[in-house]
Amino acid sequence: MRSLLIVAGKEFRDGLRNRWVLAITLVFGLLAIGLAYFGAAASGQVGFTQVSTTIVSLSSLAVFLIPLIALMLAYDSIVGEDEQGTLLLLLTYPMSRVEILVGKFLGHAAILGVSTLVGFGVAGAIIAALGSVEQLGELVAALALFILSAMLLGWAFIGFAYLISVSVAEKSKAAGIALVVWFLFVIVFDLALLGVLVGTGGQVSEGLFHYLLLLNPTDIFRIVNLTFFEAARTQAGLASIGANAGLHPALLIGALLAWVVIPLGLALWVFRRREI
Amino acid sequence: MTQPVIEMYAVGKRFGKLTVLDEVSLTLAEGEVLGLMGHNGAGKSTSMKLILGLIRPTRGEIKVFGHDPGGTEANDMRLRLGYLPENVQFYEQLSGFEVLDYFARLKRIGTSVVAPLLERVGLTHAMHRRVKTYSKGMRQRLGLAQALIGEPRLILLDEPTVGLDPMATRDFYGMVDELRAKGVSVILCSHVLPGVERHIDRAAILGQGRMLASGSIDELRQAADLPLLVRLRTTRTRESLAESLHPYGVQVAMLGKERAELEVPVGAKMAVLRSLMDDPEVVDLDLEPPTLESLYAYFDATLETRRESKTFSAATRNTPQEVSA
Repeated sequence: MRSLLIVAGKEFRDGLRNRWVLAITLVFGLLAIGLAYFGAAASGQVGFTQVSTTIVSLSSLAVFLIPLIALMLAYDSIVGEDEQGTLLLLLTYPMSRVEILVGKFLGHAAILGVSTLVGFGVAGAIIAALGSVEQLGELVAALALFILSAMLLGWAFIGFAYLISVSVAEKSKAAGIALVVWFLFVIVFDLALLGVLVGTGGQVSEGLFHYLLLLNPTDIFRIVNLTFFEAARTQAGLASIGANAGLHPALLIGALLAWVVIPLGLALWVFRRREI
Repeated sequence: MTQPVIEMYAVGKRFGKLTVLDEVSLTLAEGEVLGLMGHNGAGKSTSMKLILGLIRPTRGEIKVFGHDPGGTEANDMRLRLGYLPENVQFYEQLSGFEVLDYFARLKRIGTSVVAPLLERVGLTHAMHRRVKTYSKGMRQRLGLAQALIGEPRLILLDEPTVGLDPMATRDFYGMVDELRAKGVSVILCSHVLPGVERHIDRAAILGQGRMLASGSIDELRQAADLPLLVRLRTTRTRESLAESLHPYGVQVAMLGKERAELEVPVGAKMAVLRSLMDDPEVVDLDLEPPTLESLYAYFDATLETRRESKTFSAATRNTPQEVSA
């Protein structure tokens, strides 16, 4: 247990030192403030817009960005240490493979978690202070849900990154596969579903369709943040179908959590069998 | 007699169809320094990994400190063990101090041991610099400091002197001698280690996964029965030397003017030396027992002979996916 925390602590400090934490925090913060301020520019006005519009546009951008950042952050976690020879060394230390992997995962999860919390949190505070927010309660609740789901989405993709990292022997290969995974989940999945929907002339049962959306963590993230704002449904693209479904937010968060646990569990399973 | 630190009985390891280790037996006593030699793919690294408990043998039995290294008591064993892998690149963005601190804490030892260890390997001046700026030799010394964390009772060093300059190599062997004096068991793993003879108690020579020879240097010399080289400065001619030393089975060659080289069978050593000492025409002489390198070359050549006598299939030899050393 202590080894696990030592590994996690080192990973997190590495993240601070090589400016990952700073960079991600800045990107998230500027994105949120920028969208809040210029979000209504298309309709001819500049200035802080409605909270609902901000969160909806934020979630549709974050859904591209967060998985990419998470994959970039962690794709070389295991295979990188393997290439430089330190993995072999760590395995001769008095700790299990589970402790190494989970420790590193916790470190990476903390990097992304802290960046998400600080980046969007500070942005939210600035919006609340400078904009004329009528319902502060709504902003806080919406932002809290957004941050929570953004963290889970990030961790899910860190889980994917680990699964990739334990499965390949070269760093470059891991990077390539990470890119493909991003592409599949963020773009191809939705296009394929849309294709099915159009191709069958909408014959797919609505209930089935909702559950199909649960097969993609990025769609769950979208639905979570859309359902919060009934009014915003028109801007939401494919996931708005899910928003109708009345899937309970707790269920959605649970599903996201499952998307964190399952890839990580698989990564553990593969890692324990990995030949050194 | 205390319990051996390492015991390997008829250990075999296969990866798929490829046999990387076959019937290897080995023991290492407390305070003993073993040189483990062989080409790339001879099975050195596999042996190391088996001893470290990173992989399990397909056949045979291994015990380290009396326990299965891959078993439940492995963590206890790992606290008493130091390992320097080949070609390890430590975390470049950390300083030498931070790297060592990380590993010391993982070995459940406080930060207090870090500075003395760095001093011991002569890195005190650079300990707060990033590893990225270190030379190959400095990295190797950092790796060695890492292997010494927690005063282990067994140390495995894979290619420890690669990249070290002659002075650093000498310092390194000095450290090995110190460890041996403290009763630490050491395995030095290498292709060839010039000048290592004086620092090891025994050598084990691996070839294509088999133990070709093992024993003390003297035992290996006896087994190989390689001649002793004697270099002379003498005014005598090759013919007259050859004639007088013929009864002992000595081969004579001239290296230059008034310089001869004799190949003396080990058994005839004293008789030949006596006869040379009594010879007023012999001005100077130099003795060179067979080096570990020549012994290694000899035993490695026996592998060829064995292969020709079809002990090994051609497939094992020519496979491109040799498990790296």
